[in-house]
Amino acid sequence: MTDIIQKVKNLSIGFRSKKGEEILILKNISTNIKKGETVGIVGESGSGKSTLALAMMGYVKHGLYTIGGECQFNSSNLLKMKSKDLEKIRGRKIAMIPQNAGQALTPNLKIGYQIDEALQLHSDLNEKEREKKISELLNKVRLPSPETIALRYPHELSGGQQQRVAVAMALAGTPDLLLLDEPTTGLDVTTQAHVLELLNFIAKDTGTSMVYVSHDLGAIAQVSDRIIVMYSGEIVLEGPSRDILKRPIHPYTHGLLKSIPKLSLAGLPESMPGSQPQPGTIQSGCSFFDRCNFSDENCKNNSPQLEFLKDINTSVRCFNYEKLVKENQVSQTVNKIKNKSQDKEILNLSEVSISYAKQKLLDQIFNRISDDNPTVKDININIKKGETIALVGESGSGKSTILKSIAGLLRTKDGLIRFDENRNLSSDLKERDPNDLRIIQLIFQNPDESLNPNHTVEEIIAQPLKLYFGLKGEELKKNIIDLLQKVRLGEFYTSRYPRQLSGGEKQRVAVARAFAAKPDIILCDEVTSALDVSVQAAVLNLLQQLKEDFGTTYIFVSHDLAVVRAISDRVAVLYQGRLCEVGPSNDVYKFPSHPYTEVLLGAVLEPDPDIKPKLVAEDIVEERPPEKGCSFQGRCSRMVGDICKKEIPPWQLTDSGNAIRCHIPIKELQKEQF
Amino acid sequence: MKLDNLYKEEKKSAFAKLSEIIITMASRPSGLIGLSILLFHIILAFISPYVAPHDFKAIDPTLMLQAPSAEYWFGTDDLGRDVFTRTILGGRTALTITFFGSLIALLWGGLLGIFCGLVGGKIDDVVMRIVDAFLSIPWILAMLLIVSLLGTSTEVLIPALGFFYGKGIVRVARAATHDVIAKDFIVSAKARGHSNFSIIWNEIIPNVRDAILVEGAMRWSWMLLGFSSLSFLGFGVSPPTPDWGLMISNARGLMSFAYWAVIAPIVGLSSLIIGINLTADAFAKALGIDRSTKAPV
Ligand SMILES: Nc1ncnc2c1ncn2[C@@H]1O[C@H](COP(=O)(O)OP(=O)(O)O)[C@@H](O)[C@H]1O
Ligand code: SF4
Ligand code: SF4
Ligand SMILES: [Mg+2]
Repeated sequence: MTDIIQKVKNLSIGFRSKKGEEILILKNISTNIKKGETVGIVGESGSGKSTLALAMMGYVKHGLYTIGGECQFNSSNLLKMKSKDLEKIRGRKIAMIPQNAGQALTPNLKIGYQIDEALQLHSDLNEKEREKKISELLNKVRLPSPETIALRYPHELSGGQQQRVAVAMALAGTPDLLLLDEPTTGLDVTTQAHVLELLNFIAKDTGTSMVYVSHDLGAIAQVSDRIIVMYSGEIVLEGPSRDILKRPIHPYTHGLLKSIPKLSLAGLPESMPGSQPQPGTIQSGCSFFDRCNFSDENCKNNSPQLEFLKDINTSVRCFNYEKLVKENQVSQTVNKIKNKSQDKEILNLSEVSISYAKQKLLDQIFNRISDDNPTVKDININIKKGETIALVGESGSGKSTILKSIAGLLRTKDGLIRFDENRNLSSDLKERDPNDLRIIQLIFQNPDESLNPNHTVEEIIAQPLKLYFGLKGEELKKNIIDLLQKVRLGEFYTSRYPRQLSGGEKQRVAVARAFAAKPDIILCDEVTSALDVSVQAAVLNLLQQLKEDFGTTYIFVSHDLAVVRAISDRVAVLYQGRLCEVGPSNDVYKFPSHPYTEVLLGAVLEPDPDIKPKLVAEDIVEERPPEKGCSFQGRCSRMVGDICKKEIPPWQLTDSGNAIRCHIPIKELQKEQF
Repeated sequence: MKLDNLYKEEKKSAFAKLSEIIITMASRPSGLIGLSILLFHIILAFISPYVAPHDFKAIDPTLMLQAPSAEYWFGTDDLGRDVFTRTILGGRTALTITFFGSLIALLWGGLLGIFCGLVGGKIDDVVMRIVDAFLSIPWILAMLLIVSLLGTSTEVLIPALGFFYGKGIVRVARAATHDVIAKDFIVSAKARGHSNFSIIWNEIIPNVRDAILVEGAMRWSWMLLGFSSLSFLGFGVSPPTPDWGLMISNARGLMSFAYWAVIAPIVGLSSLIIGINLTADAFAKALGIDRSTKAPV
């Protein structure tokens, strides 16, 4: 078989624990990568997918070692190769594109120079040829005006452009195999869709084999011919992309696909219980047993082997896969959330502007902020008690900035933030009284950052209880345990440190801490973005449950439109710190009328090979909002002329109460959709 | 709950934590050697007055520069004093003064560093400029100036040394604080409305403590070297109190024919510095800290 370019055979990689036990990160992995195909490796963090990808270029991370097996490339085992020989292969024959291209590029060297370096290292071209090749490569990755890009420094490019440069550098050596580790994670939805489209194009154009590693089934679905699903260091399912996504015959993949929120379905999807076991904790039986809906006694004691099913060209590691074969399609059921909001207004932002501009001396003296073009401007939102309102937009659109102002972490420049119709919250922390601080609590994106690593869970949850209610002793303890129960964590968690918890558990602790203050409003800043897909739904369900129990109001910030669709009653779309559209979720999602909303919704990646993203606007990133006119003018493909550049568009109301800010008349906006 | 076995670790008392750290330190050969040397010196400093075989200040012209013998194990010096006695006593002053000096350095350096990291902005700029300006003065010159103005008493030496060696700690504490304050748990505490004091005490100090302690331990060995240099120049301990730096300085001219008088204090001083160094290094490793300051040896 000559068309196999990488053959992984019985590969096991692991490390030695402090106690001297051998702990496996990869367990007996075998797979082949064929010429010209794109293989997606999907799994949650800790499943071993990156370790596998790195091994495919003969690299084993520090602290890990190869226990057995091999990675054959051109019939030589990369894992046994001398580093001198490996150097000849890496970059030339096998290239890697890392997750964060911005960090992988050298900051003080021009883009062109860095690509030239790669060319000198990995090709035998002479100076003239290299010169030509640099523009060719930049052209190939569709960067605008390659000549000027080559002269820029990495920090002068946007994240998506940096990622394109990384692709260009990887292609410098015309590799046979391209390894991509989470190449679009951390990019904006719109950028992500563009980069994936580029990768698809390059795969076709150059015939390079690709191994695409990601936790995101949506991204994997767009690029892969074949998918490998990893769980706990094992391949649990491997087969043609379409079959895996449409008819997953492994319970893990099945459950995963059911728990991912989809744009087409409003409401919270079923969540998968538990979390992936830590390496070294599974002694016997199937590693998915704890979380499986199809398990039986057999699964508890015996480990299933990977079984190849010839008729569907799929390998599966499950005793009971036949039950799933019968089930045929994944039918997703969701719990429609009920809009429990009352008519009573709880928070009102009127004409709010926020600026990061440095205060000049004169301004400091007069205690004012002068900035004609502030980061966030003219925000008018009226939030009702008990509702969940989502703020969506790409990164830098000012979502977090608005939350910070509501929490008092940032002073507003102009405008009024009013709580409960009469309390003025347009002041920062120092000027607010403790009760004003208590009623608004924050939950952050990354619980690793938001929980003090040196505090136990008990100390973490005790903080607001002590601060706001002065609780002590037995009563404090009782309250902490109550709160832990509310977030479905047992009492024994009290003495643990954050590092001893899984991502989902940490976020539950953060949720408990927020609720400990008995707040009226909770600001959720990307609270599910850092979580594994399989636990996202569980956290969303928990938030919804708590909200219904306590009547809390959520302001929910996210860049993930499917998640927003699942949980929010109302959506506000932001571009460059200016509102574009505000309305009930159903309407915003059903009749995407504002051109920017259209772009955002079009770019969403769904774990379905039949739903391709629509690439409407350019994936450029603007540094600053425009001085005049519509905030979206720089990227709008439906601009109606000079008026968009000169005048701020008016708010227009649809029949269903959706407010849209665009110069295109509302009738026409909606007409274009159908 | 399968995970429970993994998560046996519970909240520990400070004592339990410390003993665990020491065990981890001792599990490396270099850490074990360092700890043993340091422990040896500390014990020696405590018991030496009781076990010294001779009077450290008894001058006897008839015994001048005797080679090592059964009576005088390390020989005698130019005044006929027993070198063994003086060597085992010679580390006490240095160890005590530098230990307290390091504590002072830790305290002011750590607090100022945390403060600068926390407030940032102009104040931070100005303070760091001043600290840098002080760093650029050759410390030995400044020390000589201080000592010649205020004398060489312990009350002068401890704070003076503490001051000069605290500057490096300011940098480390400030950098560590900078890393921590960007974290969301600080933002979260601020948003809840905790006082600055509570934020420093509960959120920041537990997260920068290790880095500062390691730096302090490192500074200790630097300070020992510095203090001994002062003694060597005659500005540290005053005679007849035995001190390694002073002993080395007195005996170095006689090196060619009475090497014993100089070798013993050299071994004493360098072993102590190496001991502290290895210990600080093992301490850093046990805490999982990347140390930037290099050791003096
Ligand atoms: N501390 C800061 N200083 C200056 N500019 C900032 C700061 N934080 C955010 N910004 C800028 O404000 C804009 C909005 O940022 P942010 O509110 O974080 O957006 P989002 O949360 O929607 O990603 C961005 O252009 C960002 O670069
Ligand atoms: S083997 Fe059993 S426990 Fe494992 S995935 Fe299959 S049904 Fe579930
Ligand atoms: S106002 Fe003009 S630029 Fe702005 S979204 Fe509407 S059409 Fe596009
Ligand atoms: Mg944000």
